[in-house]
Amino acid sequence: MTTLESKAPTGDIQTAWDRHRFDIKVVNPANKRKYTVIVVGTGLAGASASATLGELGYNVLNFCFQDSPRRAHSIAAQGGINAAKNYQGDGDSVFRLFYDTIKGGDFRSREENVYRLAQVSNNIIDQAVAQGVPFAREYGGHLGNRSFGGALVSRTFYAQGQTGQQLLLGAYQALSRQIHDGKVKIFARTEMLDLVVQDGHARGIMTRNLVTGKLERWAADAVVLATGGYANVFFLSTNAKGCNVTATWRASKRGAVFANPCYTQIHPTCIPVSGGYQSKLTLMSESLRNDGRVWVPKNAKDAWDETKGQVGRRPTEIPEAERDYYLERRYPTFGNLVPRDVASRAAKKTCDDKRGIAFEGRGVYLDFADAIGRLGKAEVGERYGNLFEMYERITGDSPYETPMRIYPAPHYAMGGLWVDYNLQSNVPGLFVIGEANFSDHGANRLGASALMQGLSDGYFVLPYTIGNYLAQVGVRTKSTDADAFKESEGQVTARVDKLLAVKGKRSVDSFHRELGLLMWEHCGMARTREGLTTLLQEIPRVRAEFWENVSVPGSQGEVNQVLERAGRVADFLEFAEVLALDALEREESCGGHFREEHQTAEGEAKRDDEGFSYVAGWEFTGVGKRPNLLKEPLSFRYVKPSQRSYK
Amino acid sequence: MNLTLHVWRQKGPSDAGRFETYQATDISEHMSFLEMLDIVNDKLEAAGKEPVVFEHDCREGICGSCGFMVNGKAHGGQHRTTVCQLHMRSFSDGDELTLEPWRAKAFPVIKDLMVDRSALDRIIQAGGYVSVRTGSPQDANAIAVPKEAADEAFDAAACIGCGACVASCPNAAAMLFTGAKITHLGVLPQGQPERYRRVQAMVYQMDSEDFGYCSNAGECEAYCPKGIRLDVIAHMNGDMFKAQFKTRG
Repeated sequence: MTTLESKAPTGDIQTAWDRHRFDIKVVNPANKRKYTVIVVGTGLAGASASATLGELGYNVLNFCFQDSPRRAHSIAAQGGINAAKNYQGDGDSVFRLFYDTIKGGDFRSREENVYRLAQVSNNIIDQAVAQGVPFAREYGGHLGNRSFGGALVSRTFYAQGQTGQQLLLGAYQALSRQIHDGKVKIFARTEMLDLVVQDGHARGIMTRNLVTGKLERWAADAVVLATGGYANVFFLSTNAKGCNVTATWRASKRGAVFANPCYTQIHPTCIPVSGGYQSKLTLMSESLRNDGRVWVPKNAKDAWDETKGQVGRRPTEIPEAERDYYLERRYPTFGNLVPRDVASRAAKKTCDDKRGIAFEGRGVYLDFADAIGRLGKAEVGERYGNLFEMYERITGDSPYETPMRIYPAPHYAMGGLWVDYNLQSNVPGLFVIGEANFSDHGANRLGASALMQGLSDGYFVLPYTIGNYLAQVGVRTKSTDADAFKESEGQVTARVDKLLAVKGKRSVDSFHRELGLLMWEHCGMARTREGLTTLLQEIPRVRAEFWENVSVPGSQGEVNQVLERAGRVADFLEFAEVLALDALEREESCGGHFREEHQTAEGEAKRDDEGFSYVAGWEFTGVGKRPNLLKEPLSFRYVKPSQRSYK
Repeated sequence: MNLTLHVWRQKGPSDAGRFETYQATDISEHMSFLEMLDIVNDKLEAAGKEPVVFEHDCREGICGSCGFMVNGKAHGGQHRTTVCQLHMRSFSDGDELTLEPWRAKAFPVIKDLMVDRSALDRIIQAGGYVSVRTGSPQDANAIAVPKEAADEAFDAAACIGCGACVASCPNAAAMLFTGAKITHLGVLPQGQPERYRRVQAMVYQMDSEDFGYCSNAGECEAYCPKGIRLDVIAHMNGDMFKAQFKTRG
């Protein structure tokens, strides 16, 4: 029977990480070169981990499905990265960042992990600056900061609206240095299709070369997954088209427990859907809520008119008195900077009230007229210019002239593979970092915390904790001849052949869209027992049709983008059921998981700490079969759970 | 709107390749260019035919995966726009469009519109970094960086490595790409210790790939979706010249 043991240090939380680093085993520098570590993924977590492991002397095999490690989706993060530097002198501290993150996560994360995250946040900024990451600076030459949702201090470091890109390039450059030095071998255009578990330990992976189609076995002393999140289960999301659940899901099928899959983040500020052909949704950085004001018309007649296909009255023609700045009205303390889950639900509610202003009534205004009046157009351009340009390219409207239209969209997965304090899954030798794991963000992630977590895991946590495992197991043979590898290769080959053999009549995307619509309707911003029950009946139906009627032209031994997508969609069709089941069984509302049955009189999320203050870990038992539920109880010694209030 | 597409199809590096013609029908002006291609591909797929291979990922103009020539212009030629951010409102009903991969010796075609750009990675691997061990730096505010230098570094660092500069250049040179990284790190205090060693290593690597040389045509700057300026090439050449006197061996 699997148990979920956090292995978090007991005692004083302020010294926990220091004590832990002393207590765990360390690999002798001369022995590090005898170990090989596989790292899958080259985003912030994967690239920083590979670079640091290489520097330490380990042999690293690093894989990514993109054509270059620099293209991982961390690159698209816009707004910034948090750190408890208190450079603004506004009362920030490690404890405040820890407190905000626990509260922002709606008291569903592990205190010790979050405290460590807040501690190392400062090292990340130092590291990135030393690498040459061009953060925004003030005229005196020191670093600038901006504010993000869920915090009352200004602690977010940024590089215009391209912070993720600049941080990723920093990590990519560090990785490139290790590739040059021969410590890291990079395998681009290579997709992981299975985890190989031998004698209960993760000992390697199976991959497919996306150019030649060749299936290959790789053996190592440990496997690190840094493969990102699963928001593309909704089809339309802010994720890159290639983001997928395949690596983590296939690891889950090999025994790794999947934790809290129902904690999905719906980001409040994305460009609304404009038609049925839409292939993805584009995020507009949360930083815009620093200066933008969110509103809808007070009167439904000014809102979207479905019969006319346009709004009743243009936003600039609506007088001040007939606008409803609903976030400022409902949450006077935090105003437009309430956390993401709160802002998203508030937008949904106004649109449900028929006051939405974009396609199919799904959109609200984000208005910069006040900011332009207060700061001038030039200053607003300095802060948000590139975001405004991006918005105009996509919509054809200029935010300098007319308010932006925005609507929530699936964005980030707080859930992921379960890991202990060492970032090791329940499968020994399998480590999971960044968005791919479940740790640190609880039921809702605060803005500018994803970059922080990815880099914290990759630069400052995993490189220490993986040594503890390696020192204990010792150097082992790196042969790929074991039965576990043969079995894995056989299964991967069979699955690829099966996809090619269906030869049906429907495109892969048509199934992905169908799944996405079902997930968005029944498991999106608001969930009900009835809707989730329906969803759990529908997913197996879509999955069955997929395997009878999907069309995958071409062959295995060549570039075949349809085959790549088909494999990923097939995995989403299995994984989605666990997500829906988790949402059904969590009979409370918390963070990004909102069950309509569980809300306060004012429509806010209502937690049930007596019944659900635990991490829900799901252990695979077979496709379409009910997984085992394992619980890791959460205890709060430093931040007392309360109903979150941002009023 | 309806459009006619002439698309380069090539099975692999050894195939000669040819144009094939497809109709894109019922296209909305709000679609992105890649969404228009999705529709063409979706129909091919449902009919059991191989869709057109093109690279893309973020579809937000930041990952640098996408890129091909539309009517001879990299990314379609709209000012500071990648092809994933190009929208169909820039086209008219009845337009005929020719889609070709990046054409450069250093970027061999893998299939259809997909090319191998790994030469760009190798240029960065040669020295496009600051050598700093994880965990060793001092406090981030210990080095004051003048805002002008930080801004100049940022402007150069905005390069997404898509390869449009190479594809647009009559000589298929990668000097805008290489110069951007050299400028980014070269104007910052953190980049000074390795400044001249870096420029030499990266330029030697660039020369050893199959890229050509700059002859000041300026096409790279004109088609760069991120607005990287020609100044970065001047900066690189200047540093390369100075490096002869600053480094030994």
